[in-house]
Amino acid sequence: MDAVTILCPTGHLGFTPLEKGSFLAGCDLRPDVIVADSGSCDIGPYPLGADSQASPPAWQRHDLEVMLLAARRLGVPMIVGSASDTGTDRGVAQFAAFIRDIAAEHGLAPFRMATIFSEQSREALLARLADGVPILGLDGRADADDALLARTDRIVAVMDAEPIARALRQGAEVVIAGRASDCALFAAPLLNAGLSPGTAYYAGKLMECASFCCEPFMGKESILGKIREDDIRITALHPGQRCTPASLAGHAMYERRNPFFEHVVSGTVDMRNCRYDAVDERTARASGAVFVPASQPMVKLEGAGKVGERRLAIVGIRDPYTIENIDAAIAWARARLADRFGPSEQAGWTVHYHLFGRNGVMGELEPTPPANPHELGIVVETVCRDADRAEEICALAARNLFYARLAEVKGTAGTAALMADEVLVGKPGYEWTLNHLLPVRDACEVFRTEFHMVDGRARRAA
Amino acid sequence: MLKNRTTLRDLASTIRSKNAGVDHITFDIIFKDRAAFERVRDSGVVTPETVAALFNIPRERITDFVVFEPAKAIKFTLRRLRPSGSPGESDVFGSQHYPPLFEVEVP
Repeated sequence: MDAVTILCPTGHLGFTPLEKGSFLAGCDLRPDVIVADSGSCDIGPYPLGADSQASPPAWQRHDLEVMLLAARRLGVPMIVGSASDTGTDRGVAQFAAFIRDIAAEHGLAPFRMATIFSEQSREALLARLADGVPILGLDGRADADDALLARTDRIVAVMDAEPIARALRQGAEVVIAGRASDCALFAAPLLNAGLSPGTAYYAGKLMECASFCCEPFMGKESILGKIREDDIRITALHPGQRCTPASLAGHAMYERRNPFFEHVVSGTVDMRNCRYDAVDERTARASGAVFVPASQPMVKLEGAGKVGERRLAIVGIRDPYTIENIDAAIAWARARLADRFGPSEQAGWTVHYHLFGRNGVMGELEPTPPANPHELGIVVETVCRDADRAEEICALAARNLFYARLAEVKGTAGTAALMADEVLVGKPGYEWTLNHLLPVRDACEVFRTEFHMVDGRARRAA
Repeated sequence: MLKNRTTLRDLASTIRSKNAGVDHITFDIIFKDRAAFERVRDSGVVTPETVAALFNIPRERITDFVVFEPAKAIKFTLRRLRPSGSPGESDVFGSQHYPPLFEVEVP
């Protein structure tokens, strides 16, 4: 059997624009399919919860345009997953609209597009719970109950390769998928080519972040994968990069708790016996992954819920006495807030003082004992259900540092510098409520696929 | 600075931290060569217990600890107290939690 070749230009489509040079060099090698993931939960819970996006639409369109024009010119499928950062129905619809728009702009000949939706309604999940189906907590979380779902505003299920592979078999030339395991986008065409799930998912795992698996470090550059059964060869396409056994193995452990197992709906990729070796100057080979099918398919659910409205203020401290006694100043400020607004927990507000210069980056995990820097930067973050109240609390939380009562303070005209006497409107605060598993009948059960003919010529004529 | 004092910063080519899902931060220490990797691996200065002590957290919060031979790397993962990006959190990608590893001394 011939190798299947996959071109991947970016590890997060639209997050910053992809680099065209190495992508076009990859197109010259005539890949069999072009694949890119567009989502991540690294961006925090806000985009999912608020059904918003983290990437500018112009960059998303840019990347889709570069990929679509190449795919149609080469006559090969293009697969994009976790559309528009979160993979919600909004993201899929937005990317599908971009595809139609780009096709019309360039007068592209008709092609078949599949959209695969992965958003889940709260009601449907409540109904499953009522039927006795558990929603199992991951990573030490408790199982979901009605109350947790009630706190959740938006939910996506994470698909594996099966719904995508099925859409390709039904003739899709462009696939826009909702939330998907990154590796699944690559595995889908490989499974259809008859490769084992172990090889297919492992190839995807290695390729999903594009040039991150090469060295030296560069983002947004293309890589080419040449895949045969148990023989995955990855080549760097940027002339300044190479893919080496060390870079490939190093990437195999990136962003994951454990480099040995990758879980998808249908099973687990066991990578404990994987081997990495050099092929040529820019190419490394990996082999040895084994797929263990799940006895019970489990789909991962991601969900985010709103905690409240957020307001921010920025305060600086220069007085060494205040810096030394900043804990006392904050305790005083908090006590005054509780006097006015009621105890934080019962009254439904929270104030976080982020102390940059002490532990503003690492918080409770900062092991360095507090030093006394010559200045301290404080971001005051306030969250409350009610926006006006959040604003008022934030203003007082910041100004209380200005009026902090410390026994021996000399600067009696103000114990803090307000960068501006201003409360900044932050995006609402959200939290990841769901990081759970739902048992399903099969890997396609909770995903919905639609097919569309896209005719750029007709659209342009009209 | 004492002479002859060797730290992870001297021996590693990459020391990084990053989210592993929404509830964990994972740390990768990738060594320049096999000798450096084996020196640290066999020294006992990077273990679940020592990294828990370094970050002042209970041992149970280190959920994974792996010596990853193919990458000449040691990898461990810790559980966040709150999911990434929750109000009050300060490193949404978990990408600036590695520096305390720099000064770990290696015999």
